[in-house]
Amino acid sequence: MDVASFLKYIASGTAYTIAVTLIALPSGLVIGTLFALANVYGGKVIQRLTALYSTIMRGLPPIVLLFILYFIVSGSINLSPFWAGSISLGIVTSAYQMEIIRGAILSVSGGQMMAARAIGMNKIQAIRYIILPQTVRLAIPPWSNEAAIVIKDSSLVYALGVPEILRRAQLISASTQEPFLAFTAAALIYFILVFVTNRSLDALERRLRIPANP
Amino acid sequence: MSKPILTIKNLTKKYGENVVFHDINLSVNEGDTIVIIGPSGTGKSTLLRCINLLTRSDAGEIWLDDKEITCKECDEDKVRQHIGMVFQNFLLFNHLTALENVRLGLTRVKHMNPADAQLKAMQELERVGLLDRAGHYPGQLSGGQQQRVAIARALAMDPRVMLFDEPTSALDPELIGEVLEVMRKLALEGMTMLVVTHEMGFAREVADRIVFLEKGSVVEEGSPNDLFYHPKNERTREFLWKITELYGKKDTEQGNG
Amino acid sequence: MVSWFNIFREYLPSFLQGAAVTLELTAVGLLIGFVLGLGLAVARTYGPKWLRVIAIGYLELFRGTPLLVQLFLIYYGLPSLGLTLSQTLSAYLALGLNSAAYQAEYFRGAIQSIGESQMTAGRAIGLSRWKTIWYVILPQALRLVIPAWSNEPISLLKTTAVVFLIAVQDLMAKAKRAATDTYDPISSYLAVAVVYLVMVFILNEVLKYLERKSRIPGFEMESKKT
Repeated sequence: MDVASFLKYIASGTAYTIAVTLIALPSGLVIGTLFALANVYGGKVIQRLTALYSTIMRGLPPIVLLFILYFIVSGSINLSPFWAGSISLGIVTSAYQMEIIRGAILSVSGGQMMAARAIGMNKIQAIRYIILPQTVRLAIPPWSNEAAIVIKDSSLVYALGVPEILRRAQLISASTQEPFLAFTAAALIYFILVFVTNRSLDALERRLRIPANP
Repeated sequence: MSKPILTIKNLTKKYGENVVFHDINLSVNEGDTIVIIGPSGTGKSTLLRCINLLTRSDAGEIWLDDKEITCKECDEDKVRQHIGMVFQNFLLFNHLTALENVRLGLTRVKHMNPADAQLKAMQELERVGLLDRAGHYPGQLSGGQQQRVAIARALAMDPRVMLFDEPTSALDPELIGEVLEVMRKLALEGMTMLVVTHEMGFAREVADRIVFLEKGSVVEEGSPNDLFYHPKNERTREFLWKITELYGKKDTEQGNG
Repeated sequence: MVSWFNIFREYLPSFLQGAAVTLELTAVGLLIGFVLGLGLAVARTYGPKWLRVIAIGYLELFRGTPLLVQLFLIYYGLPSLGLTLSQTLSAYLALGLNSAAYQAEYFRGAIQSIGESQMTAGRAIGLSRWKTIWYVILPQALRLVIPAWSNEPISLLKTTAVVFLIAVQDLMAKAKRAATDTYDPISSYLAVAVVYLVMVFILNEVLKYLERKSRIPGFEMESKKT
């Protein structure tokens, strides 16, 4: 295998890894945020159910959950391993993101909700204009951590046959008989992805930071 | 004699067995400033929250401008637009500048167009003397300034009545004056105000009527002159004596520190 | 989905065998990670500059890459450098090296919360720098770290579930076996999910108990969150 095709191979694997992450992370965020809001502001039954969801999902190894979800998803709708794997990974991360958002909502003081209601906002408006904008800022650092975890966990879809970095590295290692180099290259790419993601989110957090917030 | 804006009839609030206040009757005329005094834990704050429907009362009625606001079908959010509330700990929206704090209710609740809302918000900030701080975030303002912004935020909604829940008790002593000054000005402009406070100087000077609340019921009410110099009730006398003593002490402590 | 419960009953002995391997992996990984992680934390905080740089590099690299890649690098990659390890040894090593990076961060947090004043106090009575670390800082840090550290065993237990991909016979490997045998992957993995949940639940209770037992009133880290 020559250098050019080696690089091309790795690059397309990287594209898959990024794509899986870009599907899983936002879908997990949407589900997680809805569940967090339901858990904090919902009735007793909804609170219990969302808490149970979080406990069970976070109590299982991601790969076990990924396999269960993958077989359920791909068994009920005809999806490629790439899509089924990405969506499943999104569900896996949703419970962790739910806890991040929930924590952030709870650390916005209860007085903010009261002050919003006092000027005549309804609950939805108060959540949208007062609670969530503050939640977002508080949630960025732990969310950045979770984003790194999702990038790393995207390597799990390797086991479903999605041709992402790790899979590509394995194929290269088999064809070149250079496993050490192949997996080191894969490790390096993951590292760069994680590093760039964390740095960008740090920068975002600094930009959004509220001056002298108590 | 002007007509009552706010009428409270037999209002009662309990938490389980614990009665916070019971059978409160109070009528507030347009343009009046009513100061509610009393020991802590006698339900003064809860009373204000009930009036603003932030807390549900258990029995009795509240009327605002000939309309009952405690009925089951009443739209709480509508009612709150007409009743301004100022909290002890300011509760400014932390992620918004002073101007944005004042403007938010105008654009999102009153659906005013942005240009008008901007102008109105600036006018309200000017009213509390903080136009030069419009772009500051709450964390960049002193406690007194934060409370003045909070007052402007409530005023911007053009409320019929303003409720003040111990507006100066979270402030450092040197910042109390600027907030009381704004409130005094409001009273002179004819704003209808219901104020819970321990600032007896303010009460004496500005109040049209003082209500002494203890253990969940009204012990005595009357003009500042009546209450301060001719209290009818022994408990009123005792409370006023204690509070003067307490605040006297506080002053000397600050003098030393 | 035939019934996950039938599979659960039929394969229970095999699952229990796998669970024992999973627990073994967790225990060994935790132990390696503890020793190495503590060393890294001390090196990172008190070491000379070159050592600090190495420690930081280690932490960043191991926390910035997936365990699966580390595992493959050790199992498939090291032989080309002349070091061949069995599947189980590779798994132990990968889990240990990986856990060390996370445990080091817990230890570092605890060491930092003790602060400079204890070091000053130790030096003031004539202890050397390293003796102060050993006799004064670490005993306190290890106490303080317990609440934060007690997340690690559960996290590591869940992490072990990928080692079946290099054919270590852990719980997940048994699940895969059951899935192939019964042609019912969903039920098989569900059955094993129940075993994992039970293990996590029990481990969680044990850790909570130990945490309560070891608590010293008034002596805890300030930054305790949720």
